[in-house]
Amino acid sequence: MENSIKLQGRISAAFRYAACGLMLLIVAVPLYIAVTGGFKDMAQLQTDPMGLPSPSIAANYLDILTGKTGHFWRQMGNSLLVAAGTIAILLVAASFSAYALARSRFRLNGFIYGIFQLGFFFPLAVAILPLYLQMKSLGLIDKYMGVILPQVAFQLPMQVMLLRGFFKAIPLEFEEAAAIDGYGPFGFLFSIVVPLSTPILSTVAILTLIASWNNFFTPLIVLNTATKYTLPMGVMDFMSQYATGWNLILAFLTLAMIPAVIIYVLCQKYIVAGLTGGAIKG
Amino acid sequence: MVLVPVVQAAVFSLYKWNGLGPMVDFRGFRNFQTLLSDEIVGKALSHNVFIALASLLVQLPLAMGLALIVSDEKFKGAVFFRTFFFLPYVLSEAITGVLWQFIYQPQFGLVKAIWTALFPGVQSPALLGDTKTVFWAILAVVMWKYFGLHMTIYVAGLQDIPKDQIEAATIDGASKARIFRSIVIPGMRVPIQLTVFFSMIGSFQVFDIVWAMGRGDPVNAAETVVTYLYKMGLQRFNIGYGGAIAVFIFLLCLLFNVLYQKVLVREDR
Repeated sequence: MENSIKLQGRISAAFRYAACGLMLLIVAVPLYIAVTGGFKDMAQLQTDPMGLPSPSIAANYLDILTGKTGHFWRQMGNSLLVAAGTIAILLVAASFSAYALARSRFRLNGFIYGIFQLGFFFPLAVAILPLYLQMKSLGLIDKYMGVILPQVAFQLPMQVMLLRGFFKAIPLEFEEAAAIDGYGPFGFLFSIVVPLSTPILSTVAILTLIASWNNFFTPLIVLNTATKYTLPMGVMDFMSQYATGWNLILAFLTLAMIPAVIIYVLCQKYIVAGLTGGAIKG
Repeated sequence: MVLVPVVQAAVFSLYKWNGLGPMVDFRGFRNFQTLLSDEIVGKALSHNVFIALASLLVQLPLAMGLALIVSDEKFKGAVFFRTFFFLPYVLSEAITGVLWQFIYQPQFGLVKAIWTALFPGVQSPALLGDTKTVFWAILAVVMWKYFGLHMTIYVAGLQDIPKDQIEAATIDGASKARIFRSIVIPGMRVPIQLTVFFSMIGSFQVFDIVWAMGRGDPVNAAETVVTYLYKMGLQRFNIGYGGAIAVFIFLLCLLFNVLYQKVLVREDR
């Protein structure tokens, strides 16, 4: 009896590792192929896509990093600029609206929150034509601001929901005490709520960073010169230029992947908490 | 801010307009008539439905299975697997699409390497160049990209289920299947609803990956409603017809939303 339980346990452990191992391969092999493929020459890429590079050629990566091919650093800078702008505007806008929604006893509060929630369920695709025409009439086509503003608008509903849940949990007594000490609502927001909310604000900032970094749709609609492209657009553009130079393309896309992977590894806790905690408990 | 674009799209949909100059050529519901008889719209919509079904029937059960394994703290490597499985989700859709173009590439890619190992001497297939396979090849990438997100949501949900309930049931001699059905599933109602909601809404918005893997072509064989909307509206500048497609997508999502609220959320109360 005891032996059979032990055996069962071992089989189930073996099954678990087999399942996880298989999934691990499915996730890892494409990434491995991209990283190693960038170090290969075309002949080797054709005969042996799976093997380790031999001889290993750094030229593909170096040409991209030194700017001989493509606009890697320029596009990386664009991605950073767009992300920074989006985060800055979003944090301010989301804090104000979430705080107002969490606190004020304004009659239309529920209705306004309902509209924010609707934005969360809203198919963004519906907005592309008005968005394009709007950006055009504002003269923001091919401008960074033309990417930043729609990104803020699309991110706002989800981030306001995350923040509102957190702000609601701050006791009202704090506000009363602060009022006695002479703080107005804005003073209270910036000197007390914001410092208390650093973890949730970091979560919001990081989720926005990832969303902006990976966004392809908005830049595709708004930007049209390669030197203004963000990295996802840059990868697509690079591919259309070096159509069959797959080793170069793989090197470029590996470099373009690295920042997102680093952000993920460093900020994993915030990302997972933001996506799950906010969604489940919010 | 949210409703304005819908209203604008609805107004566009009544005209024939290229986005330049005044909007004067009023067509009534002509654009919608065209839409309902447009075979590509039907095909694109069927692709969105297939993505939704694949998410429900393949991706979510897979995510749940993996979540059950990696949420067990006694399982060595659980944290590592969790971290790794989530990785595709944080990569850009465009970059993912280009990467998989290479994997499917018939002269260099992984598919070619596997194919020649299995069938030496036989020409390996161009999965993205063939109208019969392109959609399914892209569907696989969609699964690859998002299963980790759903798994992570399930793991968070599983960690919230009180352990003593499961221990008590085990002591009472309940089988694993029974525990899963009577404790885990009811305790996971919110995460399950959430993933169903995300994947349904997401299925009708798929654009980036399809665009990055051949723009819905060859001959519209991988089109989704949004890629078609983009092509009609912003490539051919048929803003009126694009507006009609946008309104159509909006109504679909609204309908789904109402059904979802009725079926899933009502049960909660």
